[in-house]
Amino acid sequence: MNATSTLTMSLLVAMTIINPVMAADAEVALDGRGLAFDKNKGNCLACHAIPNDPKAVSPGDIGPALIGIKSRYPDRAKLRAQIWDATANNPKTSMPPFGRNKILTEAELDLVTDYIYGM
Amino acid sequence: MKHKFLSILAGLLLFTSLGVYAVPEEDRTALVNHYKQIFPNIKFEDYVYGALAMNPEAKEQYDDVMDFPPYAYDVRQGGVIWETPFKNGERFASCFKYEGNNVAASFPYFDDKTNRVVTFENAINDCLKLNNEKEMKYASQEMAILTSYARSLSDKAKVNIKIKSPGALAAYEKGKQYYYQRQGQLNFSCATCHVDNAGKFTRSEQLSMMVGQASHWPEFRAGTEPVTLQGRFMQCQKNTRVNVKEPNSPEYNNLEFFMTYMSNGLKMQTPVFRK
Ligand code: HEC
Ligand code: HEC
Repeated sequence: MNATSTLTMSLLVAMTIINPVMAADAEVALDGRGLAFDKNKGNCLACHAIPNDPKAVSPGDIGPALIGIKSRYPDRAKLRAQIWDATANNPKTSMPPFGRNKILTEAELDLVTDYIYGM
Repeated sequence: MKHKFLSILAGLLLFTSLGVYAVPEEDRTALVNHYKQIFPNIKFEDYVYGALAMNPEAKEQYDDVMDFPPYAYDVRQGGVIWETPFKNGERFASCFKYEGNNVAASFPYFDDKTNRVVTFENAINDCLKLNNEKEMKYASQEMAILTSYARSLSDKAKVNIKIKSPGALAAYEKGKQYYYQRQGQLNFSCATCHVDNAGKFTRSEQLSMMVGQASHWPEFRAGTEPVTLQGRFMQCQKNTRVNVKEPNSPEYNNLEFFMTYMSNGLKMQTPVFRK
């Protein structure tokens, strides 16, 4: 890494640390469902049906249908962990590690978890 | 005595080399068996249709389109470029065995002299260079249109990629490694979609099997947009947020070599229509 990019990096890091409110403000354009559906965000529908949400149309079938989640995951933290990094449970999984690879921010991950938790 | 020793040595070398070169064929058989399990009702020769082979209705529509392909004019243009003499009077046909008939099925091949994979597109550019003509950009529209005709001269020939030297095997292994390696933010490998999840849907797109993918290029996507095989690599990588490689990069050429080997025994067909 050269000096400029190190500087840019540390500036970026500093900005997110100093100004978390601003960073969060910019992101909360979508709710949990919106994030789960959005192709550039969760895109969960690419792989999962969500049968209890009538708006979840033309889903893929790579992963299992997301239904009866509360009984599958009595512990919300375990559900969040599955979404944060599915490879921890199954290194061969097709599911992207949304938290670990920063596909979703931590705040977005919470919103998606809450939405899925209710399904 | 010395003779006997030498012949034993030769025998040993032959044995080890046969052992080494068995790997690609074992890989190919294992992969074909994997797809046979997922698709017990799809015939091997139909793998060239990719996702269409999994969906009779879509295949019917495809057959209708192929009766009067919207890209017919482009292929004729490709034919004109292929036939038009260079400034020195030579033609593309002069650069290929059998005037270019039934040769595309053995591309890419590994050239031990230059230690590189030679794609059909490389051979086109080598020909242009040899005849003091301007080379074409890889994965360009121009290259796709010329090869839509030039490769069609090999229609129905069976893909026949050979791996006969340590260099060829190394290139194959590199291509294979690239294919199975997870990349980018989404952590997908090519195999995530086209091996592990072949036949499954991502939203409404059914995922094609990799065997058969390399035998029918270029494609005309949406009927009129010409795309080379390596152009398609770039599209899949962009869609999955992976940093694309340059067309004709060693990575893509090795990948094409590996993938085309995996299509060995399937009939060539150029070009085809895809969504
Ligand atoms: C590219 C495919 C893919 C995408 C995109 C995807 N998943 Fe998954 N998901 C899977 C697969 C496959 C499994 C099955 C478990 C495994 O592979 O280990 C799974 C499992 C799960 C499970 C566990 C289900 C159970 O019954 O145990 C949850 C919860 C889940 N996914 C939620 C999500 C959410 C939320 C998103 C979007 C933010 C998402 N997935 C995006 C492929 C995907
Ligand atoms: C997240 C899923 C995904 C990943 C990862 C992916 N692809 Fe694809 N690919 C698709 C989809 C969807 C299509 C269009 C439907 C089909 O033909 O499979 C496609 C089509 C193709 C085709 C055209 C098949 C045809 O007959 O038209 C080729 C070739 C291909 N992919 C190669 C690759 C290679 C090489 C990689 C990795 C560098 C890759 N793909 C990674 C989803 C993916």
